[in-house]
Amino acid sequence: MRVEHADVVVVGGGAAGLSAALAALERFAAAGRDDAVVALVSKVYPMRSHTVAAEGGAAGVLPPALGGDADDSLEQHVADTLAGGAGLAHEDAVRFVVERAPHELARLERLGMPWSRTAEGLPAVRRFGGMSRPRTWFAADKTGFHLLHTLFQTALRHDVARADAGTGTGGGVRRYDEHVVLDLLHDPGHRVAGVVAHDQHRGEPLAVLAPAVVLATGGAARAWATSTNAGIVTGDGLAMALRAGLPLRDMEMVQVHPTCLPGSGILLTEAARGEGGVLLDADGRRYLADYGLGPETPLGAPEPRRMELGPRDKISQAFWQADRDGRTLPTPDGGAVLLDLRHLGRDVLSERLPLVVGLAKRFAGIDPAQEPVPVRPAAHYTMGGVVTDPRGAVLDADSAPVPGLYAAGECASTGLHGANRLGSNSLVETLVVGRAAGEDAASHTLVSGPAHGTPGSGSGTTVATEQARALADRWLSMRGRGSEPPAVIRRELGRVLDADVGIYRDADGLAQAQAAVEDLSARYADVRVADTAAAFNTDWLQALELGAMLDVARAVVAGARARTESRGAHQRLDHPGTDDVARHTLATAAPGGGVQVRLEPVTASGGAR
Amino acid sequence: MSENPADGAPTVRVTVTRQEPGQEPRDETFEVPYTDRTSVLDALDWIKDHVDPSLTFRWSCRMAVCGSCGVMVNGRPVLGCETFVSGYRTSGITVGPLAHAEVQRDLVVDTDGFLDRLRSLSPWLVPGGEAATQSAPAAGSSPQGADADADADAGADAVADAGSVQGADAHVGGAPAAPVGVPALDLLAVHSQTPGEVDAYRGFAQCIDCMLCYAACPVLDAVPGFVGPAAIATARRWDTDSRDGGDALRMAAMAENEEGIWPCAQIGACTRACPKGVDPARAIRDAQRIAMGG
Ligand SMILES: Cc1cc2nc3c(=O)[nH]c(=O)nc-3n(C[C@H](O)[C@H](O)[C@H](O)COP(=O)(O)OP(=O)(O)OC[C@H]3O[C@@H](n4cnc5c(N)ncnc54)[C@H](O)[C@@H]3O)c2cc1C
Ligand code: SF4
Ligand code: FES
Repeated sequence: MRVEHADVVVVGGGAAGLSAALAALERFAAAGRDDAVVALVSKVYPMRSHTVAAEGGAAGVLPPALGGDADDSLEQHVADTLAGGAGLAHEDAVRFVVERAPHELARLERLGMPWSRTAEGLPAVRRFGGMSRPRTWFAADKTGFHLLHTLFQTALRHDVARADAGTGTGGGVRRYDEHVVLDLLHDPGHRVAGVVAHDQHRGEPLAVLAPAVVLATGGAARAWATSTNAGIVTGDGLAMALRAGLPLRDMEMVQVHPTCLPGSGILLTEAARGEGGVLLDADGRRYLADYGLGPETPLGAPEPRRMELGPRDKISQAFWQADRDGRTLPTPDGGAVLLDLRHLGRDVLSERLPLVVGLAKRFAGIDPAQEPVPVRPAAHYTMGGVVTDPRGAVLDADSAPVPGLYAAGECASTGLHGANRLGSNSLVETLVVGRAAGEDAASHTLVSGPAHGTPGSGSGTTVATEQARALADRWLSMRGRGSEPPAVIRRELGRVLDADVGIYRDADGLAQAQAAVEDLSARYADVRVADTAAAFNTDWLQALELGAMLDVARAVVAGARARTESRGAHQRLDHPGTDDVARHTLATAAPGGGVQVRLEPVTASGGAR
Repeated sequence: MSENPADGAPTVRVTVTRQEPGQEPRDETFEVPYTDRTSVLDALDWIKDHVDPSLTFRWSCRMAVCGSCGVMVNGRPVLGCETFVSGYRTSGITVGPLAHAEVQRDLVVDTDGFLDRLRSLSPWLVPGGEAATQSAPAAGSSPQGADADADADAGADAVADAGSVQGADAHVGGAPAAPVGVPALDLLAVHSQTPGEVDAYRGFAQCIDCMLCYAACPVLDAVPGFVGPAAIATARRWDTDSRDGGDALRMAAMAENEEGIWPCAQIGACTRACPKGVDPARAIRDAQRIAMGG
């Protein structure tokens, strides 16, 4: 077993992982440790990470002196976020992100992010659903793409070659691209000791040991068949946390995005509505007013929190009801409503929404300047995740911090989003929490000393290496075995989640979903991995990803069954009311297999700490 | 990973050039059902799911933005996710790995070589550009204008520094001990840059690192080490950004290297192949002109 050492391991090369890696380096540099190595382990090249697909923007209050709305304030950003969170957001986590958001967005500007600008040369902000003021910074409608490339290119500047591995010469970011992390490693004291990964290039496992690990593996919404998420968004880190005995919080809270292309699930950003786009039913009527989102706003004058700028969950719910009322257009992929952008005109469309125009033309064959675009909802964002404090320190089932383990970005549940994420709050979360987690991970390494992280430090390393070997053997033994193709199980899982764990849920549907997911998990034990190649074995990789999605689906369904109320993104037809006491669901691996869920009242600071 | 075309749908003939590490390439042909929305990527997925699970290719976003899925289709480099098979129903399709890159397995080609070339041209913001900075004045002082301008020059270096990982930063305490306060909003500093100044580099900033331009570039047949279109386009993206001061550094790397900008004979294949309208040929032409003192 190849063993390499680092000062911090970051799992994931999206915005959260890159932010964490860069912040860890800064912290090390400030402590005079210019030789520190941050291992950045990612199953895809970092610039392919799913952050690249984010379109609309990132929220942060812009001070009036930089052209912001004089009426806006941090307090209002906090209030909007708490309102969206419907009782499950934690004020401390919300404040933490909101207060730091403008600074992170400005820092990114200083790293070269091509933010869209006002005529005066200051960052431009746009309206976004659920935000009471325009405070969403954007780079046309390719915000995530530019953000990811800005961070990745900055990380390239601090790149250290693999040749330096463990020799303690130059410090920096050491990339492990196309390395799939299989599991977390622990030392005998149950402290985090690193990760075991599979090097897809060389076709061999390796252990990357470090005193601190940051999980930044993203969400899990690819498990749904109709999804805006990229193929890699399979909840691997969430499944790893479950296997490590850690709880996942509020996993039933899955945001469904209302405006996606039928079939492919390709997302047309909410910014299309922020810029004035409207939603029409099959008869060309603005139906949202009929489903509680009115009164209707005039065309071309969008107003915060009303009609097309209402919260995402409400707009997706209105779609469900309009569909039931026979007001949608039939398509081969289910009913659709129309996103009408024609009145914006070609100039605004090409300046502010070039990607939307390109996607509609390319993938739906429609020019939005001339015709409205059929859209329908798709699974989009994982609000729940690994339980952390506001700075990304991972908490165990007793709300005690797990020494050395951090999580940031979509895989973490810090308490920011609660029951419903406001669009454009998540990119900024990746930056703020990614930074805090990276800094604290570095601090952890600095105070815990070289300890078990360095070569020749004895028993810790040996135990972790043994553990890594055993885990790698287990995962690798899936190759060349089994009878049922992963594709069959994957499709069935997607269908079940779409059908019964979507916009509205009820006891019967959830019971069916649970039975189906259990059945699929049992069948997964005999999943067929036909490809036995060592390197670039994507058949095996997809089987691993399917395993993670099944584990996550179990937690989602169990959480949804336990939550017998309607709140935020979780709407129960059989329990339309909202409980007086807001409670979190906490899913953990059950001793006999599967997951168990417990409910826990929300406290002001979120945890029992 | 979108759903499969229905049974009984018409099929298209898809030939895939496959290769195991250390072995010779071989062609395999599959009959793949399709609809008018089936992309080349969908077709590959269908083969992997239904016929041969060992077929190996990269993909992720399915919306032409992550840059993973570049392949040669009938000899032309394209993104598999945005190329639809219906256009080839009569001719059939041959899908191969991107040209001018080492094949790692089937349709997966080496990416490290490209990233090394990109990195050799310092594709990040080098402090020292001419853009002024603006910071928000403290609450109660005069609004944007006088203050910000007065600060601009002094601010430029500080800002550039704060942006760099090595620099001092209000956010990061020197000691390893945790919580640090949040600086007030009045410490917020950004460069000022007009929409016109953004337009100057916007085109070059659209590069998704898909390497299609490398596959298209005939120069790479003769000069395999050519730093290549996308790397130069990205270098120019930074050179033309008013916030950046790295022109001299990058020009040295591009012009004082036989495999830098000089091998390019302005054939324009890169620009024609680029799915994002980046126009690397223009970037190279500009760089050559500047290097020649024009
Ligand atoms: C279409 C779309 C549009 C969006 N638009 C917006 C928007 O406008 N504003 C906004 O705020 N948010 C938006 N979001 C949400 C936002 O983009 C994501 O929440 C955010 O980018 C997640 O970043 P991340 O760094 O946590 O994860 P990701 O970017 O998903 O990165 C995850 C990383 O983890 C790695 N990884 C995963 N598993 C493993 C493993 N087993 N081994 C090794 N590495 C692994 C991957 O390789 C990847 O590098 C959008 C999301 C989508 C889907
Ligand atoms: S310049 Fe165009 S073709 Fe070349 S890598 Fe960039 S996006 Fe791809
Ligand atoms: S799959 Fe991302 S570009 Fe094609």
